[in-house]
Amino acid sequence: MPTVTYTAPDGTATTASGEAGDSVMETAVRNGVPGIVGECGGSLSCATCHVFVCPESAAFFGEREDLEDDMLDGTAVDRQENSRLSCQLKLSAGHDVFVRTPESQV
Amino acid sequence: MPDSAPYTGAAGSAGTLIIGNSQAGVQLASTLRELGDTEPIVLVGNEAHPPYQRPPLSKAFLKGDATAQSLAFRSDEFYREHSIEVVTGEHITSITRDAFGGEAISASGRRFPFARLALTTGAAPRKLPFAGSDLRGVGYLRDAADATRLLAELAAATNVAIVGGGFIGLEVAASARASGKNVTVFEAAPRLIGRAVSEETSAFYLGAHERRGITVVLNARVAGFVGDGGPDSQPGAVTGVRLDDGTIVPAEVVLIGVGVIPRTELAEQLGLAVDNGIVVDSQARASDGFTVAAGDCANMPNPSRADAGTDFGDGRLRLESVQNAVEQAKVAAATLLGLESTHHMVPWFWSDQADLKLQIAGLSGSHDRVIVRGNPHDEKFSVLYYRGEQLIAADCVNSPLDFMAVRNALNHDQSIPADLAADSTNSLKKVTTP
Repeated sequence: MPTVTYTAPDGTATTASGEAGDSVMETAVRNGVPGIVGECGGSLSCATCHVFVCPESAAFFGEREDLEDDMLDGTAVDRQENSRLSCQLKLSAGHDVFVRTPESQV
Repeated sequence: MPDSAPYTGAAGSAGTLIIGNSQAGVQLASTLRELGDTEPIVLVGNEAHPPYQRPPLSKAFLKGDATAQSLAFRSDEFYREHSIEVVTGEHITSITRDAFGGEAISASGRRFPFARLALTTGAAPRKLPFAGSDLRGVGYLRDAADATRLLAELAAATNVAIVGGGFIGLEVAASARASGKNVTVFEAAPRLIGRAVSEETSAFYLGAHERRGITVVLNARVAGFVGDGGPDSQPGAVTGVRLDDGTIVPAEVVLIGVGVIPRTELAEQLGLAVDNGIVVDSQARASDGFTVAAGDCANMPNPSRADAGTDFGDGRLRLESVQNAVEQAKVAAATLLGLESTHHMVPWFWSDQADLKLQIAGLSGSHDRVIVRGNPHDEKFSVLYYRGEQLIAADCVNSPLDFMAVRNALNHDQSIPADLAADSTNSLKKVTTP
């Protein structure tokens, strides 16, 4: 099973396992990982699952679509080059993923 | 049903009982643990499933893209690791309590002692006493069982009727239309989504759904449903909707979505104040001072900061949204632990209908003018609501940038000048003023 490691701003890292095809957001919420809200359940409506993707993991995910790009302009913590909405990041078999979570989501 | 002996106050260390396997219930349990609570937590509900997300039931679920399992809020491991006991299939029918705790009893006779009590009982569909409501194919949509039934019925249907042109009705109408059904929406009011959006937004949705081939009947007078005779005087299957002028509109599936009624039976039995929901204060405390309530079942002081100091802001309301369930449950958890927390937020809502993404920020109830930004004909526009010079809310259709800008402005008590907002070449984010 692929894993996701979520590192909070204070350096605390939490690792959770997910199934291939699950999103990085779903994996966090199901396991109660702090720092990811996912209020809208992954329908690209809320921008409360913002993460910064670590460089070594960026290649595992597809490109941003326009809607995700627009929503990233309104995140609670300003977007960076490596910002993604984690509901759009699907896990794939054999790839462990590393992301950082922002100071706040709302 | 066993008789419940009067509670004698012996369950002082029995932890927290949360009644209602809902979004608010899960959040309340999770937050208690986050805040360091180590007492037992029992989360009990009458559905067969552990708590799951309901919004997709009218969207992804009807496309066959989701199940109650895939929509589960938390993994079984999460509940185990956090010592949260999730009880399914138990319907609590009576509660006795005093300041120190009490006991709840389910229909099956199971007893649940508690020191602290939370009600996250949600809401049930408002039922209309139409003739023919018991025909097969006529139903409501609130839980996974409803959605599973509706999905199967839709598969075999050609004509689908929706009674109620609110969010649920239109989301289901759009799903059914996308799968090629003949869909008719009957709305008793003169416009769609009248409870939540302005006339401009209503008019847009009317046109947009008609363009996609849905028939919308406004000011509709539904008298009942007609069906074929079932065997052995059992109710048969629905064949149509009958209007009060005698017209019959064919339908093999009828979905009724005319709002919800908060589930307050247990609160009433406890003697708590109930008025369109369980009456709570801004700490999510019910009228007895001990019990907390959160989510669709709670009636609260308006939590919207943008309305503070107005008559509307001083009023009370009930909100049916994921955000409210989550935020109010966090406050309720803190209150149970004796911590200070107040329920304040900028309410927001979303509805996905066909390829139309509606995002609403703020409560528009006290507006005195609107600005339409962009062109509704492009299916990409926003309606901004002002009270005087102050921005208080927005309906954004396929305009996530506008939604995020308005939500952020309201969150930070900022405004966006109406004249600048009306020019759609201006980015709302850039013209926001402190």
